[in-house]
Amino acid sequence: MNLYGVKAIYQFEMARMRRTLMQSVLSPVISTCLYFVVFGSAIGSRMGDIDSISYGAYIIPGLVMLSLLMQSISNASFGIYMPKFSGTIYEVLSAPVSYIEIVLGYVGAATTKAVILGLIILATARLFVDYSILHPFWMFSFLVLTAVTFSLFGFIIGIWADGFEKLQIVPMMIVTPLVFLGGTFYSIDMLPEIWQTISLFNPVVYLISGFRWAFYGVSDVHVGISVGMTLVFLTACLTIVWWIFKTGYRLRS
Amino acid sequence: MQPDISVKHLNKIYEGGFQALKDVNLEIYPGEIFALLGPNGAGKTTLISIICGIVNPGDGEVKAAGYDIRKQYRKARGSIGLVPQELNTDSFETVWDAVSFTRGLFGKPPKPSHIEKVLKDLSLWDKRNNRIMSLSGGMKRRVMIAKALSHEPRILFLDEPTAGVDVELRRDMWEMVRKLRENGTTIILTTHYIEEAEEMADRIGVIRQGQIILVEEKDRLMSKLGKKELRLQLQQKLDQVPGELTLEPIELSNDGWELVYTFDSQQQQAGVARLLRTLGDLEIEYRDLQTRESSLEDIFVGLVNEQSPQERSTE
Repeated sequence: MNLYGVKAIYQFEMARMRRTLMQSVLSPVISTCLYFVVFGSAIGSRMGDIDSISYGAYIIPGLVMLSLLMQSISNASFGIYMPKFSGTIYEVLSAPVSYIEIVLGYVGAATTKAVILGLIILATARLFVDYSILHPFWMFSFLVLTAVTFSLFGFIIGIWADGFEKLQIVPMMIVTPLVFLGGTFYSIDMLPEIWQTISLFNPVVYLISGFRWAFYGVSDVHVGISVGMTLVFLTACLTIVWWIFKTGYRLRS
Repeated sequence: MQPDISVKHLNKIYEGGFQALKDVNLEIYPGEIFALLGPNGAGKTTLISIICGIVNPGDGEVKAAGYDIRKQYRKARGSIGLVPQELNTDSFETVWDAVSFTRGLFGKPPKPSHIEKVLKDLSLWDKRNNRIMSLSGGMKRRVMIAKALSHEPRILFLDEPTAGVDVELRRDMWEMVRKLRENGTTIILTTHYIEEAEEMADRIGVIRQGQIILVEEKDRLMSKLGKKELRLQLQQKLDQVPGELTLEPIELSNDGWELVYTFDSQQQQAGVARLLRTLGDLEIEYRDLQTRESSLEDIFVGLVNEQSPQERSTE
């Protein structure tokens, strides 16, 4: 195993985060804080509890998940897209690194960045809203598992994209609506029955539900199903990544 | 001696159906400087990219440093350094970080002393903490070379290394390439500057339309295919080549003031002596005479413009 190669890619990506601290960390933290202020403190104080949890606290897992998904995708997709765009991908392709090592480097760095950001947002939320974490181990496990899964998804988008527009289209046009409709701001039990059924086709429902369970012990769907669905999506992403490297799709002609 | 690069019956057809390489066979030996010449689109970069692992190979076998590029790709790629044609560098990294990154990527542990040596050899030491985006084109080219040398490769590919660089840097690079060769590095060079190949290469390969049409030692190539030319400026204008000279490969310039005699560089000078004697007998006097030997460029242009048997048959 070329551990030096994995380390080189990982450190290169982490250095990019340090160089762009404002964009990588500060910007998502501030925008998520605005949600806490508006929906948690201002509007939340006038709303009733959900499952005996104050509204401000109820939306925290969903908002952390929103940032985690967006950052996992954007970090990983940019990480692999930029070398393709600038032409420096030749170096990775000509180096003695296996596909697994390339994925470990890029996806590992994207996951680390997303998890760090998720924890910062969680810590910042404490400034605005009082909350508790019932199952810290599972909370962290969900955080990492989701970050890994969506970093892989971002990696796939980065390889598929042949322009900056495509790079943005999936996070903005697909992931954001799925998160907003996936129970970030409400319990899907509050929806009419037909919409409850439709919501179950939204994979983000399972992520938020499982994550919220780790905080408060309440969930829209059973936690086992949440873990199972996340693992299904992880497996799907791994299969696509394996296929990409096997065929050289958009990497090797 | 086992070749450092061995290519056997290599073909490459891209997805669109374009055949970039046709049954390419090539062997490059340790410690030699091999210049691969060919017009644009001839397949030089495709061949290099396949050997380096950037492009998927088609049929055939390719080995680098004795290792199969498919089955033993780690060892094969680890022995190769590549300086690509384009200036593809990370703009925001410092020179030191960019070069160290490549060393790590190629599986080598950090060795600051080696990075320092490479940067000093390439006159980049003073720029080591500068971001690459702040460097000139020539300096960026040096960074590309430093990156390729960072992991101490046994084989170095230089794809158009001096494209767009000034004369001084070009000379520096030639010097550096010679030093690398002295240390045992095998160097494969593609270039549009034929003088570069003429100056540095031990052997020349010519690729045209995806086929290697010639591989020869440079000196033998020059003597085998090279021509010499004798130009005689006449005292008096001639209307046509005298009948006594029509058997010789001689031409009269359009204005009638110059006779041009062409002969193989391998050929003994007997033809020249005979020509001069005949001119004396014919009382044709000349004011001046010049000889010129054809360059590698002349030979290259002649080779690539020569039609292949297939091309001739289609006409």
